[in-house]
Amino acid sequence: MNPDRPEQLTIHEASQRLADGELTAEALTEAVLNRIAAVDGEVKAYLTLRPERALEAAQAADQARAEGSAGDLLGIPLAVKDVLCTKEMVTTAGSRILEGFVPPYDATVVTRLKEAGAVIPGKTNTDEFAMGSSTENSAYFTTRNPWDLSRVPGGSSGGSAAAVAAGECLAALGSDTGGSVRQPASLCGVVGLKPTYGRVSRYGLIAFASSLDQVGVLAKDVRDAAIMLGAVAGHDPRDGTSMDLPVPDYTTALTGDVRNVRVGVPEEYFTDGLQPAVERAVRAAVETLADLGAEVQMVSLPHTDYALPVYYLIAPAEASANLARYDGVRYGVRSESESLEDMYRRTRGEGFGSEVKRRIMLGTYALSAGYYDAYYLKAQKVRTLIKADFDAAFDEVDVLVGPTSPTTAFRIGERTEDPLQMYLSDVFTLSMNLAGTCGLSLPCGFDEQGLPIGMQVMGPAFGEGVALRVAHAYEQATEWHTRNPAL
Amino acid sequence: MELSRETVEHVADLAKLSLADEEIATYQAQLSAILEHFERLQDLETEQIPPTATVLPLRSVTRADEVESCIEREEALKNAPDTEDGCFKVPPVLEQA
Repeated sequence: MNPDRPEQLTIHEASQRLADGELTAEALTEAVLNRIAAVDGEVKAYLTLRPERALEAAQAADQARAEGSAGDLLGIPLAVKDVLCTKEMVTTAGSRILEGFVPPYDATVVTRLKEAGAVIPGKTNTDEFAMGSSTENSAYFTTRNPWDLSRVPGGSSGGSAAAVAAGECLAALGSDTGGSVRQPASLCGVVGLKPTYGRVSRYGLIAFASSLDQVGVLAKDVRDAAIMLGAVAGHDPRDGTSMDLPVPDYTTALTGDVRNVRVGVPEEYFTDGLQPAVERAVRAAVETLADLGAEVQMVSLPHTDYALPVYYLIAPAEASANLARYDGVRYGVRSESESLEDMYRRTRGEGFGSEVKRRIMLGTYALSAGYYDAYYLKAQKVRTLIKADFDAAFDEVDVLVGPTSPTTAFRIGERTEDPLQMYLSDVFTLSMNLAGTCGLSLPCGFDEQGLPIGMQVMGPAFGEGVALRVAHAYEQATEWHTRNPAL
Repeated sequence: MELSRETVEHVADLAKLSLADEEIATYQAQLSAILEHFERLQDLETEQIPPTATVLPLRSVTRADEVESCIEREEALKNAPDTEDGCFKVPPVLEQA
């Protein structure tokens, strides 16, 4: 690596240099802030920046290290998606309705990063309330893909993915309700991990769909993803759905050895809509795993075709309930009116963007009298079948491997007119949220236009270790993750 | 399945969303197309299938009923659009006599 470019380091590289006294947290943070100053005018990954506060945190980290503290994240600059509450730092969820909102508390994952000594330069852009696949639904601006500024970075955690890809942070937090960490990771050529539902606390994550939401991490390589997961995972008394299970040291899973690991390839993930370059790259990646000694077999997830409608009924239904809280009373923006009822309607009508209103409408309809059984209940029943597909598959194999997204990064504006077309961006990722399993996307090639391709390694519930192990072994055998955008 | 304009207006009313005329027309067309795409769900026989509301094993989560510190009133009101005497202030609910 170029010694003048410490922002290009991974967490594990930087942390080694910090421990060896070859680098200070202050110099590392300055390098990241300089990189942001140089490229973020074009990439537009950050919604909010707090450079002075970041430098103070870096100095505090250096001081703590001088006094004997240590740790993988001590003094490491990490970005946080703007759907996670940060005390005394504006948190908007990409929405006008929360413009200027300053949370009185930190999300548990943010507390954990701060306690580990991480430096947080700012908050990253997102589709409004994490509803979208491109950041084009952000009420503020669209983030651009560092590999091609005319294209989207994916979404909804597109700001975090672009920031990692462009060297504007070493790693980042995102959230994944239907693919919002994995799909932007795929489109930006970085690693994106969605943990098992219940693995990471959701306290302080602005709720979108509570049975599907999970905080995830975006990183430059698999080892960094393992480090980040270890830092944020674990039980939290403030989140009743966080499971009280021990958190392993995920880096010990990175043995480089996948001999006799059973890898399943779901036949339903290789459909007509798949971009040929994506199919070639993922099939070649499966070959690589076989060459490394993995036992590869085809498997079937027969209800894959139904995952999209199930997801787009359940997630909007839950969202329509969760977003009822934005009523112009306790926080956020109010549209003034003479009566309370009219104030609610105008606040919500004017404060929410078009995709959020579309999903509230869809969810409200699916839950409304006369349609509940046909849509919401039906979707919950088919969710049972989708989960059963995964349970059956994981009886036979240790991990599943397939494409993360059917295409590489698409052009800004290309899918904004047709919501269904945009929803199809998540067709391979949303099943995992419905089934409550875990997995990650990692780079596995580039298409003819030089755009990154992502492969998804899916593990069973609480099987992050085996998914990371397979992803890491593949990464060690290839060099895709070492490429950087020419920005 | 084609949603009527009345249905769209009814749903907006349930969701407490004031929508412009053009928005109602757009959502009428888009939601109809989306629901049409979702009709395939009806092909599946699910009579005997239990619904899944959560992937976690169902359990009650309790804790000791002990008083802990919570955020101060001032802090809780800090983000409110309008306050008075330490309370959230809203427009009138009832008309004045």
